[in-house]
Amino acid sequence: MTTHDDEDRGPSRRKVLECMTWAGTGVLWTVAGGVPASLGIIDEAIAAEQKGFTFLQISDSHIGFNKEENPNAPGTLQEAIDRVKALPGNPAFMVHTGDISHLSKPAQFDDAEKIISQARLDVHYVPGEHDLVDPEAGKLYRERYGRGTKGAGWYSFDANGVHFIGLVNVVNLKAGGLGNLGAEQLEWLEDDLKGRSASQPIVVFAHIPLWTVYPQWGWGTDDGAKALGYLKGFGSVTVLNGHIHQVMQKVEGNVTFHTARSTAFPQPVPGTAPSPGPMKVPAEQLEKMLGIASVTFKQNEQRLAIIDTPLKS
Amino acid sequence: MTGTIARLTLAATIFFAVLAVAPARAADISVKIANFTFDPPQITVKTGTTVVWTNDDDIPHTITSTTQAFKSAALDTSDKFSFTFTTPGSYQYFCSLHPHMTGTIVVEGTTGSTTPP
Repeated sequence: MTTHDDEDRGPSRRKVLECMTWAGTGVLWTVAGGVPASLGIIDEAIAAEQKGFTFLQISDSHIGFNKEENPNAPGTLQEAIDRVKALPGNPAFMVHTGDISHLSKPAQFDDAEKIISQARLDVHYVPGEHDLVDPEAGKLYRERYGRGTKGAGWYSFDANGVHFIGLVNVVNLKAGGLGNLGAEQLEWLEDDLKGRSASQPIVVFAHIPLWTVYPQWGWGTDDGAKALGYLKGFGSVTVLNGHIHQVMQKVEGNVTFHTARSTAFPQPVPGTAPSPGPMKVPAEQLEKMLGIASVTFKQNEQRLAIIDTPLKS
Repeated sequence: MTGTIARLTLAATIFFAVLAVAPARAADISVKIANFTFDPPQITVKTGTTVVWTNDDDIPHTITSTTQAFKSAALDTSDKFSFTFTTPGSYQYFCSLHPHMTGTIVVEGTTGSTTPP
């Protein structure tokens, strides 16, 4: 944790602005003193700017989806990005937890890029299953988003003393199974974590929830527990997922699990509908069920408070 | 009157002649994809049957054999995929995007049962 000394002295405002803010699927995270805590909306983001590291998470844009549940997915993604742009404090980057496109078509990736790039932030992507259905099984995704990644698109990087790990759990899925990381990726993960200080905060992001949310609908990852096993020794682990188009959170020991809203369409609460398909809601309800999320890592607090921000409250 | 009967007889003759010449062909069988399930999830068909899957969901699905015997592209809403089963056996398949969706096609041999009535 070479950057931790700097944090202890208190980062300069410039450094905070340069390195410490992230914006993603609508969750705003800040990290102060190496411990993440979730932020509220804009006023809280300003507060966080002064004490830590902020990033955003967006998810499940599904550009190309045009059914009655939301005939205008580009429009609601645009609203989400407009919210991101309005956030003060210059978040350092965004994480996109997959399903950028609906059907992996070049025009869909292009349209998503045109909107998301307006945020003028680096975006760290992981693929959803909808991003890998081109005839060459993910070639388009890897060409556009896979530079510098391993295997099907996994990678890690450090920012402000926090170690970020982007995982891919949407390839080589097995009949009857759930999400899948696979032996090669798990081996890489174990290696990636080897030798790291247990006090380094870890943020893992992937499309399908790494924890078992509702296996009847495929909402979980078969070998997710194995990945989480490698993270047991770390003091602060945050797992960010998408896929289920609704906010869900649980805390288990040192690990906080969180799923973000989609920017395209909501999906039902587990077990409340015949299937996990898109949920039709009255037009005035839609934007309350789409959005991004914000999270602040507060110093000396073990649990993260994560606040998700809908497009309209 | 006689002329009508003659024409009917001729028509019937042609009809049965066509049946006799055409190769035995079972009717197409439909499988619907709705609410993230294959409906019906298991069917038994005769050799030579073409199974046609139609995606009625608002989310894309695939039809993917567990043995790579067949694999569809991602089917958008209302898209269809068909496959003709020419070899008897039990074919398990699933949706490679939502692998909890599974189905089976059992293909029976043709021993004398495919001639239409």
